[in-house]
Amino acid sequence: MSETEVKTNPQGDPITSVATPKVEGKVEGRKDPHAEAKKQRVVTPEYMFFEAPRTREFITGSEAAKEAIRRSNVDLAIAYPITPQSETMQLVGVLYGEGYVKEYYRGEEEVGVMAAIAGGSRAGVRCFTATAGPGTLRGLEGIASWPGHRLPAVALFTCRVVNAPLAIQPDNVEIAYLINCGMIVLHAENQQDVFDFIMAGFVIGEKNDVTLPVGVCCDGFFVTHARGYVRMQDRGIKLPPRDPWRGAVPVLDAENPPARLSRDAPVQKSNFMAYNIHAVWQQEVWAAVERSRKYINRYLGGLLTAENVEGADAVIIASGSAAAQSREAVRLCKEKGFNVGLIKIRSIRPFPTKELRELCANAKLIVVPEFNYIGWLAREVATAIYGYSKARIIGGPRVYGGQSMPVELIVDEVESGLTGKKSTNVAMSQIMGGTVNPEEVAHFMRSI
Amino acid sequence: MARRFNIRMAGVGGQGVVTASHILSTAVINAGGESTIVPFYGSEKRMAPVESYVRVSDEPIYEIGEITFPHIIIIFHPQVITHGKSYTMPFYYGLKEDGIALINHDGPMKLQSDQARELEERRAKLYYIPATKISLEVSGMDLATNMALVGCIGAITGLTNMQALEQAVKDRFLGKGFVVSGGTAALDSVVERKFKKKQELIEKNVAVMRAAWNYAVDHGWAAKDVQRAEAPVAAAATA
Repeated sequence: MSETEVKTNPQGDPITSVATPKVEGKVEGRKDPHAEAKKQRVVTPEYMFFEAPRTREFITGSEAAKEAIRRSNVDLAIAYPITPQSETMQLVGVLYGEGYVKEYYRGEEEVGVMAAIAGGSRAGVRCFTATAGPGTLRGLEGIASWPGHRLPAVALFTCRVVNAPLAIQPDNVEIAYLINCGMIVLHAENQQDVFDFIMAGFVIGEKNDVTLPVGVCCDGFFVTHARGYVRMQDRGIKLPPRDPWRGAVPVLDAENPPARLSRDAPVQKSNFMAYNIHAVWQQEVWAAVERSRKYINRYLGGLLTAENVEGADAVIIASGSAAAQSREAVRLCKEKGFNVGLIKIRSIRPFPTKELRELCANAKLIVVPEFNYIGWLAREVATAIYGYSKARIIGGPRVYGGQSMPVELIVDEVESGLTGKKSTNVAMSQIMGGTVNPEEVAHFMRSI
Repeated sequence: MARRFNIRMAGVGGQGVVTASHILSTAVINAGGESTIVPFYGSEKRMAPVESYVRVSDEPIYEIGEITFPHIIIIFHPQVITHGKSYTMPFYYGLKEDGIALINHDGPMKLQSDQARELEERRAKLYYIPATKISLEVSGMDLATNMALVGCIGAITGLTNMQALEQAVKDRFLGKGFVVSGGTAALDSVVERKFKKKQELIEKNVAVMRAAWNYAVDHGWAAKDVQRAEAPVAAAATA
């Protein structure tokens, strides 16, 4: 390549990536773009999460994800841009330029990205990707197969509307699809959670007795594009690299050919051996999900957080942005004279069943606000505490299609639940247990 | 109890509604408070409806998203009311009981009878401020209308002060170059040319804010303990 020749992409734009190999000559005095990354020091997860001093910055959720990746010793990141997460992977691309991420490229589309993440993880490297809404569902074929193949990786899902009519605002109905895949699913409330959950996700997912992918979900624009305070460790330290030989299944290399698939070839046939193998794989997966509890407890301080639940008139159970709205609702309820507790669920898979049964044993009223139409969290809560609590459960209020949830709607439900006055926001069929009149529900179901 | 105001700003494209929300938000934070903003991204064009939402408080704010039930609504342009240039119709939709509607208009407007009745039912306080007139009188341009409304609401909430507001204006025009959007950045340069130089622009904007702040105090709208703001001698000489 002559000096005047400029490398261009197919659109004719000059390629200026700092990650391209250096041109000969004129290198002296030029700053090594990887210099800072090369100086990063490996620390233990324990030091990183519990001891390392942190400083507070006011950044967007996408920037928080970038900063988490900077400190996570990531080998491979694959991008496919989709609103509202495009900025996240773009920022991770900047990290690649700076040498913090070893390999990075843009996939053709999500099916290819998720398949490539599977390949990367199977080869033993630490992988990260992010997608949103329709991209999540497009990639779901690959994502749903990750846990069975025992592929540790972290995927950030910045939830947005997937059902028609389509919109680009947050709606977390896609989590309902993810929680049945067998992966660990964490739901971040804010920018700080995005930062913490991604970093902890690598450590938890790569534990020998877990060896599973981790999905970190947050509610699109509200978290990715808005700024919030994030307390972060120094950028000069990073997590230890992935140690693939500690995984529950062998990684691929020349001595270990695509072992698992070839070993279990009968899985492709319809016979009793295949059914057995399927059962074994799935049992392994869900047992591994169970075993991840202790690590979520250790590194994130619990599958849920509970505030003021003991003796409260009502308890709000929420995850993601609904938890943020609920904090305000608790404050407004206090001003109205209602004593309301808040349970924020961080881990949807594994689900904090035991914790909820204990916390809700004496609860009288539970309100579950959600940012989706179907109410997956209310179902989870009801299933978990059935038989362990006499609480009346109001499965709402819900907003969807990208709407912000007015805090006042949550307050209304608490008030109506406590006073017996029916609010106009939640259908009778969304109210379970306690003093619900089955005839009223039947009437509602007939008349909608 | 937290002093907390959820504010919905409604105006038309070109008035600087989103800029106003940024400046108010920054000014409250400058004064030691807490604030978040959510601009409503619709069609960005002159005279098209624009909304921006600001939460201000003296305690942490966790809530996110647009404001459906505001304590305060600010109407930047009478057309929001008369032409229905609002994403939330009618213009006072969701206004909380005993809420405040701060309207840029020279004297009380004649509202439709059902709207007037509904506002009365929720005991809304209607504050009419001739913000564009103040802007014209003080700065010689109507472009500081948004500053007048920010100054006025600053005094009404009592969560900021003139010094913090002035700093916020400086941050906006001299600071790190916060860009609301591509269109707004282009508009900024037009605004700057019209005001010849930035220093003059800042001084005039601040003077408009101060005049509106005092307007709020003089009309008894200001929060308890909020005083009139007197112009510094040096600034008064140049204004």
